[in-house]
Amino acid sequence: MTTSRTGAARGARGTYCGHCGGPCVPWTDGGGNADDGGTAAPSPAHRQCLSSLQWEPPRFCVQCGRRLKVQVTPLGWRAECSRHGPTTAP
Amino acid sequence: MTIHATDHAILDTARRQVLDQGIGLAEEQLVDVLSLPDDALPAALDLAHQVRLKHCGEDVEVEGIVSIKTGGCPEDCHFCSQSGLFDSPVRGVWLDIPELVKAAKETAATGATEFCIVAAVRGPDIKLMNQVRFAINRIRQEVDINIACSLGMLTQEQVDQLAGWGVHRYNHNLETARSFFPQVVTTHTYEERLATCAMVKDAGMELCCGALIGMGETLGQRAELAAQLAALDPHEVPLNFLNPRPGTPLEHQEIMDGKDALRAIVAFRLAMPRTVLRYAGGRELALGDLGTREGLLGGINAVIVGNYLTTLGRPATADLNLLVELNMPIKELQKTL
Ligand code: SF4
Ligand SMILES: [Zn+2]
Ligand SMILES: [Zn+2]
Repeated sequence: MTTSRTGAARGARGTYCGHCGGPCVPWTDGGGNADDGGTAAPSPAHRQCLSSLQWEPPRFCVQCGRRLKVQVTPLGWRAECSRHGPTTAP
Repeated sequence: MTIHATDHAILDTARRQVLDQGIGLAEEQLVDVLSLPDDALPAALDLAHQVRLKHCGEDVEVEGIVSIKTGGCPEDCHFCSQSGLFDSPVRGVWLDIPELVKAAKETAATGATEFCIVAAVRGPDIKLMNQVRFAINRIRQEVDINIACSLGMLTQEQVDQLAGWGVHRYNHNLETARSFFPQVVTTHTYEERLATCAMVKDAGMELCCGALIGMGETLGQRAELAAQLAALDPHEVPLNFLNPRPGTPLEHQEIMDGKDALRAIVAFRLAMPRTVLRYAGGRELALGDLGTREGLLGGINAVIVGNYLTTLGRPATADLNLLVELNMPIKELQKTL
């Protein structure tokens, strides 16, 4: 058992994976909706990425897949996409 | 003699030598500790805890760390996501001074007494030294907290400057055993690391010199590292467990077994009975919540609170609540462990 940091895991949900930058194909099997752009759940290929995001901030923009500029501080983090702007720790 | 009796023989020796006399175990003895079977682990952790209580006291030192300059480092430490030589997703970024002061304030609000400013560099240039000097002044004006730095390899002039600015502790890790170091780093030598450590101590700053275990070193090399650190006699040893980072040469290394991590904590405490032994990066993965607790009752007497430089730690409240539950007071400012 490990203390959950699931708030950060939101970075995996979107058109691109926040952890590896790969495309998140919308999927319907297991809870996501085909028309939600993949935002409700990660596609199966990125389940491991979602788990990694418990212990690290996103490194890729979930909207465009660009690498983010990320600053981690003791009590938070801030990630910035050159096109889509900043995201902060939940 | 059964294996079991032999295993406990090293604990009997450690009880007399380390607990009673305050003399750390030697390298060969540490191999025996690192080889203890699982059923001897509770007794080993208990002994290490007693050693820590007797020789360091019951306080726990809490520290926050922050990166002033992230990524783009010219060195090739094979575990590091901030090396510019690997295909890591970590991008270069500088933290501005107002954000740094804010981070120091937030850190102090947790009860932490230490705030370490870290940069991903081979060594600092004039721009970085100026930025650090400015940051130290601003933090001093607004926050009551000890300031430490970790800026890579230093010249004598830079050591003297940092000491003059009131940096009370400097971090420069050995990372691994001398015999394993060339397999992990090729852009600088063990001797260069030792030289910076020696200058820091000679200048009167406290030396914080850490270890990173679980990189594929043997138990013998783990013992070698603990003995080499003990010979340096640092004020503090941050103990990191490898968190394999995407894009680095060690990305496929397995996460260290939790019991091996606990054996390492015991060994490091029995090698260095009076040193501040701090939980650092990777403990969440190697130990989880239960192991974190066991380590605090097995020789650890300091924690990094919250996040690390590029990865996230347990929520600060989880560690602080655990210290309350374990009845371990947080070290106060101006008090030396
Ligand atoms: S010197 Fe420091 S920042 Fe640079 S690669 Fe090595 S560990 Fe990473
Ligand atoms: Zn992914
Ligand atoms: Zn974007």
